[in-house]
Amino acid sequence: MAILELRNIYKTYNPTKEDKGEILDNINLSIEEGEFVAIVGFSGSGKTTLVNLINGLLKPTEGEVIFKGKPVEDTSHERGVIFQNYSLLPWLTVYQNIDMAIQEAFPKASKQEKDVRVKEHVEMVGLTHALNKYPKELSGGMRQRVSVARALSMNPEMIIMDEPLGALDALTRGNLQDEILKIWEVNKRTALLITNDVDEAMYMADRIIPLKPGPNATLGPEFKINIERPRNKTALNDNEEYKKTRLEIIEYLMDLGEQQAAKSTSSYELPDLQPKDFRWDAN
Amino acid sequence: MKDSIIRGIKFIGLGFLEPLIRLINKEEPKKNTKEVMRKIVAPIASVFIFIGLWQLGSSSLYNKEAAYKIEAATRNQGEEAAAKLKACMESGDSNCQPNTLPSPAQVYAAYQVLLEDHKQISADKKAFAEKTFEMNKKRVAQGKRAITYTGRPSFVDQIKTSLKTVFAGFLLALFIAVPIGIVLGLSKTLRGSINWIIQIFKPVSPVVWLLLVFMIVKTLTKNSDSDSSFIISFISVGLCSMWATLVNTAMGVSSVNTDYINVAKVLRLRPLQKIFKVILPASLPLIFTGLRITLSVAWMVLIAIELLAQSPGLGSFVWEEFQNGAMDSNSKIIVAMFVIGFIGFALDRIMLFIQNLVSFEKETI
Repeated sequence: MAILELRNIYKTYNPTKEDKGEILDNINLSIEEGEFVAIVGFSGSGKTTLVNLINGLLKPTEGEVIFKGKPVEDTSHERGVIFQNYSLLPWLTVYQNIDMAIQEAFPKASKQEKDVRVKEHVEMVGLTHALNKYPKELSGGMRQRVSVARALSMNPEMIIMDEPLGALDALTRGNLQDEILKIWEVNKRTALLITNDVDEAMYMADRIIPLKPGPNATLGPEFKINIERPRNKTALNDNEEYKKTRLEIIEYLMDLGEQQAAKSTSSYELPDLQPKDFRWDAN
Repeated sequence: MKDSIIRGIKFIGLGFLEPLIRLINKEEPKKNTKEVMRKIVAPIASVFIFIGLWQLGSSSLYNKEAAYKIEAATRNQGEEAAAKLKACMESGDSNCQPNTLPSPAQVYAAYQVLLEDHKQISADKKAFAEKTFEMNKKRVAQGKRAITYTGRPSFVDQIKTSLKTVFAGFLLALFIAVPIGIVLGLSKTLRGSINWIIQIFKPVSPVVWLLLVFMIVKTLTKNSDSDSSFIISFISVGLCSMWATLVNTAMGVSSVNTDYINVAKVLRLRPLQKIFKVILPASLPLIFTGLRITLSVAWMVLIAIELLAQSPGLGSFVWEEFQNGAMDSNSKIIVAMFVIGFIGFALDRIMLFIQNLVSFEKETI
């Protein structure tokens, strides 16, 4: 049985107005337990709205989000979220940021158990040396690691990542991809990754689903990535299967982009402007 | 060593001394000389220019007033009286000086007079306390009230009273405005329904607040012998000054970054946890901006309120000096003006210091 199901999701921010400004339309998705799914889309295509529908911050205008057989009404500790902009609280240290999540997720645990759990997760992302630092003293990559540790410390059954590596440089990005995969492989939680990077999606996910750009964004056909784990980045480049799928996805996205561009140019009316000569000798 | 000194002076709000310390340590002399000129020499020069302009202004006013006085004497009492008056003025006798804006030197002299006066009065007090010590012991043992010093308060005593009033008023504003502001910030409905009260009462003048508080406190304290003028003035100060904190707190709480709110939702923080761990820390900078405005407003209206409420303090000092009309009254008023200004400035610095201590965002102005 699927752990997460989206059924005919339709989302708009102003349902009563003439210009509805639809964000998402006709979204159907089903994710199996233990699966790693990536949704790839252009910026502005409604990816964050989709994530917020799944984690419970937003409610769909129509349709249903089903998690473990029950409709999603609110946020839950069972779905850990990693935000794009880290969203650490700047007035709390690394320890306190994670401790806050654990306090809420395990209210009955003893003080010592909580302490152990915080330290365990900080160690898991390799930040034990920065335990008592404030977020502003950390680099972007380190902050995102804290955010990962915070999401995982609540022991969620599913991790939702909203462009988690979008704001990082290429090198840090590569490292963090590996780390997230390593952590994921330990207990194979269900994972949903939202990204705009096809290579990142292909390296990490079992299945890639493109999100057609909004308004009225909807999901495109899925692409399966049948490459054995652990994957090796350098070896991937020579893998025929990888090359073929990558080409397919990119062609599909490029086509979408072109269609979008063709649609939008037709509505412009160019102003009637003539160049004028302002040189000295012109008069 | 040097770095820790710099950190220290920055911490207490004296960051402008940084280039001087760096210059003494022969660090980047060119750049730091420029900085010293900009941050230390130029401000000091501006003080001297200010005093110079003041001197010019006061001497021209003096001449005008003196010429008018002599002319009036000539008209009313004849040449002889006028000549006498002129001689008297030139001799510097304080009985016949024209009454106008005092010069910086006169103000400084008045300042020293006030200090002397304070020393005199505190010596008197001390002597009085020594003299009545034994007697008071007996009186207390007999269940009677101890004899206290009831002489005239000195200028420094007035400052202390004023500070006490402003502090009480500020605390009152803090304890009313911050909790209400938080509640208003959290609830859109309440904010909407109470907005009219805030908008109407915010611009009301301190004088009117005083009268309102007077109406209420007068009745409430009918049968008690407590110091109602102090109560009236500190409550009025609090009510006048709390609006800035109220509005800023409500705004700070209602405009917390959505990212932080989303975190609180995703982590499913309980309501109290959400308020104390997320919303309050996030809105502290704005709350403190409000508190700083509140404190400076409190100090500003205090003078007017003391003046009207007849409660002791700097305000009544200024008013009494004005009514008194003695030769150095004007100078004393100007001394009080500077003291008020300096204390207001110091209070703001203290608030900034506390703000930097508790807030995650550092502010420098």
